[in-house]
Amino acid sequence: METQPHLLTVVTFLPLLSVAALLLLRSDDHVWIRRIALAASLAEFLISLLLLRGNYSGAEYQFQEFHNWIGESIHYHLGVDGISVFLILLTTFLTPLSILCSWESIRENVKGFFIAILVIETAMIGVFVSLDLFLFFTFWELTLIPMYFMIGMWGHERRIYATVKFILYTMFGSILMLVAILWVYNRAQTFDLPQVLMLLQSGQLVFRQTTELHLFGAFFLAFAIKVPLFPLHTWLPDAHTEAPTAGSVILAGVMLKLGTYGILRFCLPLFPGAAHRMAPYIGILAIIGIVYGALVATVQHDLKRLVAYTSVSHLGFVVLGIFAFNTVSIQGAVYQMLNHGISTGALFLGVGMLYDRRHTHEIKEYGGLATPMPVMMSFFLFICLSSLALPPLNGFIGEFLILIGAYQQHHAWASWAASGAVLSAIYLLWAYQRVALGDVTVEKNRTLPDASGRERLILATMAIAILFMGIASPLFTRRMEASSDALLENMQVQMNHPQNAARPVDVPSRLSSPPDKLTPALAAVMAGGPGK
Amino acid sequence: MIHLSAEQALNLRRIAPEIVLCAFGMLIMIADPFLGAAKQRVLGWLSFLGALAALASVRFAAQNPGPAYSNLLSVDAFSIFIHVVVIVAAALAILGSFDYLRDEGIERGEFYALVLFAVAGMGILASANELVTAFVGLEISSIASYVLVGFRKRALISNEASLKYFLLGSFSTAFFLYGIAMVYGAAGTTIIDKISDALSRASATDGHFPPLAVLGLGLMFVGLGFKVVISPFQIYAPDVYQGAPTPVTALLASAPKAATFALMLRIFLLSFGGATDLWFWGIAGSAVLTMFVGNLAALAQTNVKRMLAYSSIAHAGYILVAFAAATDIGVAAVIFYLAAYVLMKVGAFLVIAHLGQRGEKRLSIQDYAGLGTRQPVLAAVFSIFLLSLLGLPATAGFLGKFFAFQAALESHVIWLVVIAAINSVIGAYYYLRVIISMYFWEPSKDYTPTPVAPALGVALFIAVVGTVYLGILPGRVLDFARTAADSLNLH
Repeated sequence: METQPHLLTVVTFLPLLSVAALLLLRSDDHVWIRRIALAASLAEFLISLLLLRGNYSGAEYQFQEFHNWIGESIHYHLGVDGISVFLILLTTFLTPLSILCSWESIRENVKGFFIAILVIETAMIGVFVSLDLFLFFTFWELTLIPMYFMIGMWGHERRIYATVKFILYTMFGSILMLVAILWVYNRAQTFDLPQVLMLLQSGQLVFRQTTELHLFGAFFLAFAIKVPLFPLHTWLPDAHTEAPTAGSVILAGVMLKLGTYGILRFCLPLFPGAAHRMAPYIGILAIIGIVYGALVATVQHDLKRLVAYTSVSHLGFVVLGIFAFNTVSIQGAVYQMLNHGISTGALFLGVGMLYDRRHTHEIKEYGGLATPMPVMMSFFLFICLSSLALPPLNGFIGEFLILIGAYQQHHAWASWAASGAVLSAIYLLWAYQRVALGDVTVEKNRTLPDASGRERLILATMAIAILFMGIASPLFTRRMEASSDALLENMQVQMNHPQNAARPVDVPSRLSSPPDKLTPALAAVMAGGPGK
Repeated sequence: MIHLSAEQALNLRRIAPEIVLCAFGMLIMIADPFLGAAKQRVLGWLSFLGALAALASVRFAAQNPGPAYSNLLSVDAFSIFIHVVVIVAAALAILGSFDYLRDEGIERGEFYALVLFAVAGMGILASANELVTAFVGLEISSIASYVLVGFRKRALISNEASLKYFLLGSFSTAFFLYGIAMVYGAAGTTIIDKISDALSRASATDGHFPPLAVLGLGLMFVGLGFKVVISPFQIYAPDVYQGAPTPVTALLASAPKAATFALMLRIFLLSFGGATDLWFWGIAGSAVLTMFVGNLAALAQTNVKRMLAYSSIAHAGYILVAFAAATDIGVAAVIFYLAAYVLMKVGAFLVIAHLGQRGEKRLSIQDYAGLGTRQPVLAAVFSIFLLSLLGLPATAGFLGKFFAFQAALESHVIWLVVIAAINSVIGAYYYLRVIISMYFWEPSKDYTPTPVAPALGVALFIAVVGTVYLGILPGRVLDFARTAADSLNLH
């Protein structure tokens, strides 16, 4: 393990520190506010790259920091593993781009806007690095307020409705999680996640079956709202449609992943029995989300709303991958989280660029844009292809891994989910056709300027990331493997524990189908099931 | 030269804060006629100095803990904690009232003197170990507050509030007094930490818990419930809080609540600690009712002052959640909540006092439109108070709720915690609405912002720093709260 004792603290709080620098500037000094925000976020990205030097071949948390915070039971405990490190990098990668995309489109209260972006960055990284339930919850809630301001202050017409809906929805979910966290503490006498897991695995801490189900439910509700899992997704299209471009990028790019990350980090390891029992239902909800999101996206006439619904569909894939409970599918889920962050982030950036020119998201207001703006439309096509999972681009790898994993769990899951992949080709290509191809239908569009240098830089960075993640996926999955394996093994150890073995666990019967050579972890899961 | 025996000297040290407060109060009354109308501000600073001196003299008491005046008062860490909370609240309210009083043309020395007398009464409440002494403390603080509420004597709403508060307040103290009489009848003593033993002896001989004591407890609950503003005794509060001069509301909504909750804790947990079953449902039921009434009614308000009045009802409900735990963890949670609550609530009301402008005309939510661009610092400070009241992590309000929930869970009252949690989301809506108005609405045209005066600025600064400090580094205050809870020697 590298010896950089405070690296995680630096990575987490550097954006907040640069907020202090921004506060010192005059509010009308827009140029320097933008420059400092960009410089800070770029520095943050470079520093966060140092995290890759950690040793991710084992499941051990890297760069751990541990201090007592409040009393004996609440700790400042940070650490990253092969799953969270990439989500941090995704955050630090998307933040400079969202600052860059707001360079000219944000004209009012510029200082407040960039402060909001940087505060969100700190809060989101904080969620990914926290290994203490209390600390995690603190950061989790802190992500809400800057996003609330971002949508409410710099959003479009129905911004207030959208932002209130967004914040009340998420708060409702998380307050019950707080009660569950306190309940876990009440039993374990610590908020420290690794310690709680140790107690669970050694059998010193056992939840009764119904208790476990309630606790799982409270955590899962908070995460499912954030993801958002069908039918809890209704806040998302509104929030996305009304948010400024940078808000949408951050929301889709990272904030939704807080939910799926939370499921992986907390729901599964803390409550494996309940997770197994609920998996069939959650899997079905995920599949409904995939298909429903795709169908609804197809009929949207608002470009941004369309992209928002693709998120519902794509995040359904991620949830499906997680609840298929095997190494391949979980790696696929994490990879798909990153892909969705990049592809959907890029889609929103592209839509934002169109909005900057025409101030509308209506598809019928565009048409034939490839003629006046060939460069931007080429990039746009490339991003669409990535989002619809065309090999060898990034989206393909994630969806493919998830489908393999899901297939091992349940054939029908995989086939239904695959239909979502087909539908995504329909809605994205159809939308692209209506926007970019054919004759220019609206006279005003004939004179639209093509991508500026700044926009080309943003789009090219995204395109490179898409290509790189498609070709060099082993660089990522290799580091995720140990953590995904460890997650599944720990769940297994816990479920096999003598206290737990006696109780009837209704693992779906399909788990007792013959083990597959591809995934030893899955085999282990099945061998442990009571169906054997 | 008066010679004091060692015990007398010790007694005096133990009530040093009350002595200092009363001395400064009387000094102000004497100086008032000599200074004339133009120089009343001096008296304001004098009263602030008095509050600071009282805070300093709390150290005397803290260094000499123990019973005072033949066990009528018990000066322990618990009483010290409440003293600090109450005096800080009063000091902030005093600082925040200078310019308000000048603008309203009611800057009079007796205002400041009454505040100090009220605080002295609350100090007695915090350390009272005897029911009649507690009653005296309650009356001292209440009578001063009746006058303070009506201090805008030319405003009808203020007169109405004062009269309402006076009539209902006297009625409620009568309930409390009846309760004392009943308990005395059952237990034969009014010393709070002796009642428990007396009652258990009585129930051992009779074979059942003395019904007179049950009745007495019920009556005291009514009397004290009125003062801490919990349901179903909250009806008067919104009118009184709205009608009172806003700095008085700041004081009224914070300090007396803290002092009276302290007394309630002593009575319920020390005198009736063995009979938790007896009152658990009363407290828990009232908690549920209080939270729902406070939050749901606050949702419907368009007047921010009235909205905050309802919000303080809701907060009394959260405090009752910790109260219902009936353990020393619960006590620590209650008084930590009180410390957090006082800072954010006084802060919020002082901001309103400033923004209301002359005659308290600008209190509706529309009047706050665009404050975020007009007075960004004040809006940010107000937002911090509101977010803390809402319970956002990293603010005092969150930790207050957190420890309250934790204490209740520890006592396995999960259902109550779930109800409280749901309530805090309902509450989020109306706090956020003020933020919406300040930041997301277009500024109204006919408004000229007045700059924040230095004294008010200092008060807001202290409150905001305290709110954030308690939210991020609560360790020391929490330890203090735990020591305070231990000093009650429950069970």
